[in-house]
Amino acid sequence: MSALFLSIYAALAATIIALLFGVPLAYLLARNDFWGKGFVESVIDVPLVIPHTVSGIILLLVFNPGGIFGQPLSQIGLTFSDAIPGIIVAMLFASSSFVVNSSREGFESVDPRMEKVARTLGSGSLKTFFIITLPLSLRNVVVGSIMCWARAISEFGAIVILAYYPTTAPVLIYRRFVDFGLQESIPVAVLLISVCLVLFLIVRLLISGWKTYDKD
Amino acid sequence: MIKIENLSRDWKEFQLDHINLEIKNNEYFVILGPSGSGKTLLLELIAGIWEVDSGDIYVDGKNMTWTPLEKRGVGFVYQNYMLFPHKTVFENIAFGLNMRKVDKEEVKTRVNEMMKLLHIDHLAHRLPRTLSGGEQQRTALARALIINPKVLLMDEPLSALDRKTRDDLIREMKELHQKFDITFVHVTHNFDEALALADRIAIMKDGRISQVGDSTEIFRHPKDKFVADFVGVENIIKGVARKDGAKITLIDTGSISIYTTEQKEGPVHVTVRPEDIILSNKKVETSARNVFEGKITEIIDNGALIKLTVDVGEPLIVFLTRQSFLDMELNIGRDVWTYFKATAVHTF
Repeated sequence: MSALFLSIYAALAATIIALLFGVPLAYLLARNDFWGKGFVESVIDVPLVIPHTVSGIILLLVFNPGGIFGQPLSQIGLTFSDAIPGIIVAMLFASSSFVVNSSREGFESVDPRMEKVARTLGSGSLKTFFIITLPLSLRNVVVGSIMCWARAISEFGAIVILAYYPTTAPVLIYRRFVDFGLQESIPVAVLLISVCLVLFLIVRLLISGWKTYDKD
Repeated sequence: MIKIENLSRDWKEFQLDHINLEIKNNEYFVILGPSGSGKTLLLELIAGIWEVDSGDIYVDGKNMTWTPLEKRGVGFVYQNYMLFPHKTVFENIAFGLNMRKVDKEEVKTRVNEMMKLLHIDHLAHRLPRTLSGGEQQRTALARALIINPKVLLMDEPLSALDRKTRDDLIREMKELHQKFDITFVHVTHNFDEALALADRIAIMKDGRISQVGDSTEIFRHPKDKFVADFVGVENIIKGVARKDGAKITLIDTGSISIYTTEQKEGPVHVTVRPEDIILSNKKVETSARNVFEGKITEIIDNGALIKLTVDVGEPLIVFLTRQSFLDMELNIGRDVWTYFKATAVHTF
């Protein structure tokens, strides 16, 4: 039970971090053309296509206490291998692209000229983002976040390598399966499936009831 | 007053090239040009939607070239309205006032007033997607006008509307222009609109301004072939229209009276296509309501077609085939009769 709770909670943290950095990045990508844009886009999408064990190895390399990120961060007391921050980082790596890509799609659907009109009416650019652009693409941002959250809960490969302990639900299922066999792993698996199913049902309900402004 | 000096801007493979333009205070100024001439880009540069490459923009003597667009005090209306889809008509119009932190009660009064003025007060709580094109454009106009901008910039505001709605809005925009002390700058490719609304017109082509002047100047004396071809009108006469019976309108141009079947009143522009005018050497009985005698003042040989100018009190351009021209033995100074039907006369 605590493993399931840890999964949900760490995934939530990963989603919030993804939102914090991903939404501004998505807006930047939706509105601007700049040198190296293609590279940034590739970096965002790479975690989707490489085996997650490879992600885990990359993360372990840079986040271990001697790694380029791990070392300075360990100075301020953040350790990643076999710790909750490690789980969050692994989840973030695997799932943040959902937030970026989905939000970006939302922002691209808002005509930049509408933002310009808002600005001629006296609204600054940051304000315009929060009262015009964000509300109009909120659906995409929310869907992206939930996908991100769900994907983070189910992350296994990267977590197994970077932070085997403390145990998250997918790791627990794997361990039970290896140590005690199929029968023992089934309850946790069913529980995890149920939680995800309920989550997606809620999302579906939310989306279907969501007001859209561009269609009748 | 808006003054534009040496304004240049590259936009992909297209460029605005050293634009110089002066728009007077409270003028209704129309920028007329074919699509791809750069008129929208010019308008967006005045608004500050894009940055200029070089040149200056002055509004009321103040250099606005690098002022952020929310501080320029310009209103902008797009062809496809750009209403905020998640806000009601009321909220859309109130937007600019709310940004200025105007007191709630005052916002209510002013928005209601504005909605009444544009005949959309019954739509206050509707969302934009439920409105017709004309209603959306009225909302967009109200939203821009309520902040009392110094300049109202409009990009093809009537092009997406049907004929009837367009005619209604043209009339109302004229009234709005008189009511508010605001300079209107209106971009269009439609010369009827320009004729009906403009105090002055600028013709734009390939990123340059090719001619500026009032409508008569431009249509009577196009500076080059492009302007002449683009405006595409040979006969254009100013006059005052009044009703003459149930179905007929009489237009007094000062020197002649022209009949038309179009229903108009007040100051208008009249156009007649040269190919609708019949020429004869002597007076004959026809069903045409408009019959004028005049002298030929100019003959231009265009090859197969001969272009004649006949002075009937107003100069009328008439086309003849070479054969008819030779058969009629016409020359400069010759007295002729011109005929055209009331249905051939169009008013703007």
